[in-house]
Amino acid sequence: MKRLFHRAVVVTALALFGVSAAAQTPPNVLVVGQIAEPKSLDPHAVTATNDFRILVNLYDGLVRYKDGTLEVEPALAESWTISDDGKTYTFKLRQGVRFHDGSAFNAEAVKFNFDRMLKDDHPFHDTGPFPLSFNFSAVEAVNVIDDSTVEFKLNEPFAPFLSNLAYPTGLIVSPAAVEQHGKDFGRNPSGTGPFKFAEWKSNQLVAAERNKDYWDGAPALEAVVFRPITDANTRIAEMMAGGIDIMVEVPPDNLASFRSDANLNVVEQAGPHVWFAILNTKQGPFADKLVRQAANYAVNKETLVNDVLQGTATVAAGPIPPAFNWVESYVEPYPHDPERAKQLLAEAGVENPKITFYVTEGGSGMLNPVTMGAAIQADLQAVGFDVAIESYEWNTFLGRVNEGLEGKADMAEMAWMTNDPDTVPYLTLRTDASPENGGFNSGYYSNPEVDELLGNARTSTDQAERAELYAKVQEIVHEDAPWLFVANWVQNAVTTAAVQGFKLQPSFLLHLKDVTK
Amino acid sequence: MPAYVAKRLLSVFPVLFGLSVVVFLVMSMIPGDPATAILGAYATPENVERINRDLGLDKPLVQQYFIWIGNVLQGDFGRSFALNRPVLDEVLERFQATLVLAGVSLILCSVIGLLAGVVSAVRQFGWADKLITFAVLAGISMPSFWLGLILILLFAVKWRLLPASGMYAIYGGGDLKDLLLHLILPAATLAVVAAGVIARLTRAAMLEVLRQDFVRTARAKGVPERQVIYRHAFRAALVSVIPVIGIQAGFVLGGAVYIETVFQWPGIGAMLVNAISTRDILLVQGGVLVVAASYVLFNLAADILQTMLDPRIRA
Repeated sequence: MKRLFHRAVVVTALALFGVSAAAQTPPNVLVVGQIAEPKSLDPHAVTATNDFRILVNLYDGLVRYKDGTLEVEPALAESWTISDDGKTYTFKLRQGVRFHDGSAFNAEAVKFNFDRMLKDDHPFHDTGPFPLSFNFSAVEAVNVIDDSTVEFKLNEPFAPFLSNLAYPTGLIVSPAAVEQHGKDFGRNPSGTGPFKFAEWKSNQLVAAERNKDYWDGAPALEAVVFRPITDANTRIAEMMAGGIDIMVEVPPDNLASFRSDANLNVVEQAGPHVWFAILNTKQGPFADKLVRQAANYAVNKETLVNDVLQGTATVAAGPIPPAFNWVESYVEPYPHDPERAKQLLAEAGVENPKITFYVTEGGSGMLNPVTMGAAIQADLQAVGFDVAIESYEWNTFLGRVNEGLEGKADMAEMAWMTNDPDTVPYLTLRTDASPENGGFNSGYYSNPEVDELLGNARTSTDQAERAELYAKVQEIVHEDAPWLFVANWVQNAVTTAAVQGFKLQPSFLLHLKDVTK
Repeated sequence: MPAYVAKRLLSVFPVLFGLSVVVFLVMSMIPGDPATAILGAYATPENVERINRDLGLDKPLVQQYFIWIGNVLQGDFGRSFALNRPVLDEVLERFQATLVLAGVSLILCSVIGLLAGVVSAVRQFGWADKLITFAVLAGISMPSFWLGLILILLFAVKWRLLPASGMYAIYGGGDLKDLLLHLILPAATLAVVAAGVIARLTRAAMLEVLRQDFVRTARAKGVPERQVIYRHAFRAALVSVIPVIGIQAGFVLGGAVYIETVFQWPGIGAMLVNAISTRDILLVQGGVLVVAASYVLFNLAADILQTMLDPRIRA
């Protein structure tokens, strides 16, 4: 009896372990380790980069970002014209394109997409909410001219319009699928993209297979599988165990060991991201420009990006990230100069200014907020600031910061990722963007010159002119220092050596069409 | 007995009702709201208001609660804000995964715990007892998420014997063997602490029983020692251990919250963590109700089992 039992144990163990249980991803199927499960596969209903990484492989927009840039090129629209007043955009649509569900892509479909998002009385508006629809708030009407021509009427010239169309909120969904699935469309997506949706297993995977009829050439991969692995340590373990082929957002601490592994490739790409601390310019010590500049000189950003973030970011000079390379900026970051900081504080006539500093415990694009906060605190203390940190969970943090810092704090961490240089300064640095007016200018920065420049840059349809205007904004804001400028994130990913043709895009999106394995 | 079970089952409802009120209140009291969670950095008051209107969160709290409870009584648990999906679909799908994990781990910890406890008591102060006592102490003291990570590092990364995370292989899996392979690490991790607790209690209960008169009588009558221990003493000791196993079922369900996160197990624990951080109040409600109901049922089952084993309680 005893012997029999032993034998049974051994046999079971062999059965379980003997066959190679070692995780192996299947050939020609790319497994991507994501940081979370997507909220929905309806591109108009989501806001997270994590979800966008899947969506750009299932859908196309009228336009898209040219490979490796943030410039716009044709996609579902073959060409377009812009009226002289900048208020009418006419798109000529690609013909013969079909959605994955078989229905035809045409001008009516485009109209359906934008009306669903923007019109409260649209029969499928209740399949929302559509949190980022304000990207298209300038759109007054979408008119079908003929089957392959569609016209957008804007209520004012709006320069970021094309760029916003290239953003995932502008991806085109199948009206037939929305009509069929209603509120459940987000779980039954249908687009025109290089991969078509196959399966979604809750908190396990989202799978999509090759669209062999893709208008821009069918992908080489048979399928892609997105696996949500929320715990960073587990994600790293899966990468090392071979359970995933690609992992995005590698924690800085693990990058070095991945770099030295010959079986893995580390990919990096700067993106339009800026990490900063909002300074309360309305009340307290930071109402004085000299004190704000002192803070910028006091903090050693080189140490922050090289040691805390282990080289996964570069030092920020101003509000416009260098990823917008068409904006030519000559502004250099504030150097680390504690003596100059002390001098400025003396000039301002303040001694040991007391500062309350809001620090978040996590959050989208916030990198390593707790350690960063502590390092900034230490640097500020070194030149005489008296800094008290208050830390909050991300959701709570946003609620407190977005309603304005007045009466609560002098300084708050923040980060933004965008697709156009307009977005961040327009929402966070204009006088009219104060929290009372529904903006994000939580530090109440106000400079009429900046307001005017931003207004002009937003309505100009001449890229060269816009570039000049934003360069000027960068210069003035750098000097006024309404923020503590800290870092621009360099996003990263790790792939196994077998993965070829993989690139990260400055848009933070993840295009897998040309990847092979 | 049926009347007793019916009474206990009926008492579940007030518990669940009270719980739903508490969860609702707590969720609305903690700072942050679903709209901010959905919008992230784009949460302007205007956008927040628009989303709140779309989600029906602009109504007074009491009204929101009564709308919810009214719908629940008709079997409609509402839609998750964050996932835009019926709460019931999500909860049931995720709860199955948790039941598999918690169930297997409960069996595992009961078997190991009882066995270790008995051996430990029978060989009191022997080397087996010392070894087990040490192992139990180590098991109880170890933070399980840490143990989970160490097991992943050893079995998945270093030796490549078992998958690191998930419930099924991505391709070609889906059968029982695949499930078992994925279950080993999380179930073992989850079982460690509970096994330790059960072992300790079993040891104490056995030691007490072994000193009682009926055991001595059995031995005096010449009943074989093995039979004395397993037929007589163990059965008596089990009476005081069973309720503890019922309570451990609660711990196993609770522990699943972080073990599921570490092992990316698609269960209800990981779902709740996510739902709380996105202030997805209806999903939290649905999840908590299911977990609470199953906890109460586990305990009820333990009580019934105990009654069956010990006629004195039935009286």
